[in-house]
Amino acid sequence: MIQTFAFYLFATIVLLSGAFTIFAKNPVHSVLWLILAFFNAAGLMVLAGAEFIAMLLVIVYVGAVAVLFLFVVMMLDIDFAELRAGFARYLFFGIVLAVFLAIELVLGLEAFRAGAIKLGTATSAPVDAAVPNLEAIGALLYTKYVFLFEAAGLILLVAMIGAIVLTHRKRSGTRPQNVAKQVRRRPQDAVRNLTPEIGQGVDL
Amino acid sequence: MIGIEHYLVVSSILFVMGVLGIFLNRKNVIIILMAIELILLAVNINLVAFSSALQDLTGQIFAMFVLTVAAGEAAIGLAILVIYFRGRGTIAVDDVNRMKG
Repeated sequence: MIQTFAFYLFATIVLLSGAFTIFAKNPVHSVLWLILAFFNAAGLMVLAGAEFIAMLLVIVYVGAVAVLFLFVVMMLDIDFAELRAGFARYLFFGIVLAVFLAIELVLGLEAFRAGAIKLGTATSAPVDAAVPNLEAIGALLYTKYVFLFEAAGLILLVAMIGAIVLTHRKRSGTRPQNVAKQVRRRPQDAVRNLTPEIGQGVDL
Repeated sequence: MIGIEHYLVVSSILFVMGVLGIFLNRKNVIIILMAIELILLAVNINLVAFSSALQDLTGQIFAMFVLTVAAGEAAIGLAILVIYFRGRGTIAVDDVNRMKG
């Protein structure tokens, strides 16, 4: 009973906030609706028993990606009213396309309900009810999928370097610290010991 | 009783909504990126639902990789957006064909 209620609550809010994300006039509001959608999708995943993915969704999406979107939306000075021109023009064709796509998906779903086509049984990593979700995923990730896991890390590294390289710009007219030059400097090049005569002064 | 069909319906509606978002906001690349995030979220819901229905953890592992790629894609996309804005002063993407490439 409570599961049914929770499912319909989460599902309704996910779909509504998804709709508001694409229809909102202000992109800042869009990002905030997107955050709500991610939170409720995380709720749906907790209901399905995938706690780790749910928490990952909250931490990665809400904590990092959505904040990145917010930063960019607020940082750039954009005339959003101008960007919405043509919205009504695309509305009819877009909704026709969406309805067509939805009908296709529902058709596939109905076919699935009539009996899924057996393409082999999926038991490559069966769930053990005694092992917690997080522990099971960890055990699987660091053994069977360890190379894929490292590839994922490589993808993140490439994305990070790419983002930095793309947005980095050399600013002219500034005089930044030259660390290599500072490190190369030795005492014997820079310091002299002198015993000048009284009244002679030092020859620089 | 909630079955896998309920999850599949939610994720397919969310997917269609993402496609519609790309269609409606063809000029505003920020909303397009958000719509892509919605599509990937729908994919993740699907993967987790099937993982739960088939009692197989592989779906959740795959959902994690989808999440990784989505995060990288958002970072690169927003970086491209920032340099595009720096050069043009606008983010309207319907006139990016200046180079006629």
